[in-house]
Amino acid sequence: MRKDDIRVITFAAIVCVICSLLLSVTAQSLKDKQDEQVELDRKMNVLKAFGVSLVDESGARISKETVERYFTDHISEIFIAKETGDVVENPDPVVLKKEAKARTHEGRSLLPLYVWKDDGVATKYAFPTSGMGLWSIVHGYLALDRDLATVIGVTFYKHGETPGLGGEVSTEWFQNQFADKKIYENGSLIRLEVVKGGAPEGSNHQVDGISGATMTGNGLNTFINRDISYYNKYFSRIRGT
Amino acid sequence: MAKNKDILLDPLSDNNPITIQILGICSALAVTVKMETSAVMCIALTVVLVLSNVAISLIRNITPGRIRMIVEMAVVATLVIVTDQFLRAYMFDVSRQLSVFVGLIITNCIVMGRMEAFGMQNPPGLAFLDGLGNGLGYSAVLLTVASLREVLGSGTWFGYHVMPSGYQPNGLALLAPGAFIIIGLLIWAQRTIIKKFEAE
Repeated sequence: MRKDDIRVITFAAIVCVICSLLLSVTAQSLKDKQDEQVELDRKMNVLKAFGVSLVDESGARISKETVERYFTDHISEIFIAKETGDVVENPDPVVLKKEAKARTHEGRSLLPLYVWKDDGVATKYAFPTSGMGLWSIVHGYLALDRDLATVIGVTFYKHGETPGLGGEVSTEWFQNQFADKKIYENGSLIRLEVVKGGAPEGSNHQVDGISGATMTGNGLNTFINRDISYYNKYFSRIRGT
Repeated sequence: MAKNKDILLDPLSDNNPITIQILGICSALAVTVKMETSAVMCIALTVVLVLSNVAISLIRNITPGRIRMIVEMAVVATLVIVTDQFLRAYMFDVSRQLSVFVGLIITNCIVMGRMEAFGMQNPPGLAFLDGLGNGLGYSAVLLTVASLREVLGSGTWFGYHVMPSGYQPNGLALLAPGAFIIIGLLIWAQRTIIKKFEAE
């Protein structure tokens, strides 16, 4: 031990304590505000999947109030039992709270579904879809038209994929490809797929992959189709098949 | 008070962190596609630079020399995370576009460089001016690059259309090579104007 070692260690300890105090106070005091932003962003992504424009006529972003109004006027959230495909009335709040923390539907027994109603008639459906990309869990929403076969839109809004490669899943050009694709045809499900090297011309259920992000695309293929099959238990009843 | 003025203004041109010292290039390339993200990045970096320079200056006489760089790291890291938390709470979208680059202020050589070279040896008042000067020097370059890139690449400035309607945006300006070219030209232009040349 050198003579001033004690002093060095004490100094380092004090610096660490001050820094961590500062960090925890900031993180705690800003948490509510941050959660609010995340929640607003989540709702905006549901709207985006439903095909609602997120900018108004002047090109500015729609306000929080507008987002909330869409939700109260048009959107209701219901829960589907994963095992049976039944609509669960009055779901157990304890289960919901626990399952809200699950990162994919694999860890859930109740699946949330957003139903868009115009004048009381259900016209569109959207559900969260999430799963492993290459490095991270990719979170998104998939919206279907009233026929429960045609995709209205897809959003991927939260992920930790490589910026510029897998991170491109959150870009407009990639997501826009999904519009009007089919997940259901002639009485059975068809796989919605991201295809490496580009989708065949005129395909109604495949989209172009992202160069350098084949693994992320494979992840998407796996979890989107897994989640569609979960929800299809409920959808097949509505279709009447 | 000519000295104070020099400390503040020197980094704006004669000793600019980006064009003369060639520091902070990573973020200068990455966040300058749009004015909005660049402006937020500039503010974040300037705030971190000023605060960390002052903080290090305040404790410079009691900081043991052997661990001074670790202490500098801890201070910068703390301030960067605090800044990032604020951005997430109040500027969610911009914060997401900036993604890792706010966090990477920690490794920005400008910040460490100023603390080592200046904060450690000077009183807090001067450290404040030095931090501010370098922050503004960095901002001046970033905003110039971002202006050129956004106007040439998207035909807009801060999101407002500025080019005539027939303008065909030049996509190269939005890509990394475009940023390299623009920064390279800036470095050349500024060094020519202030007549600074590397020794042969």
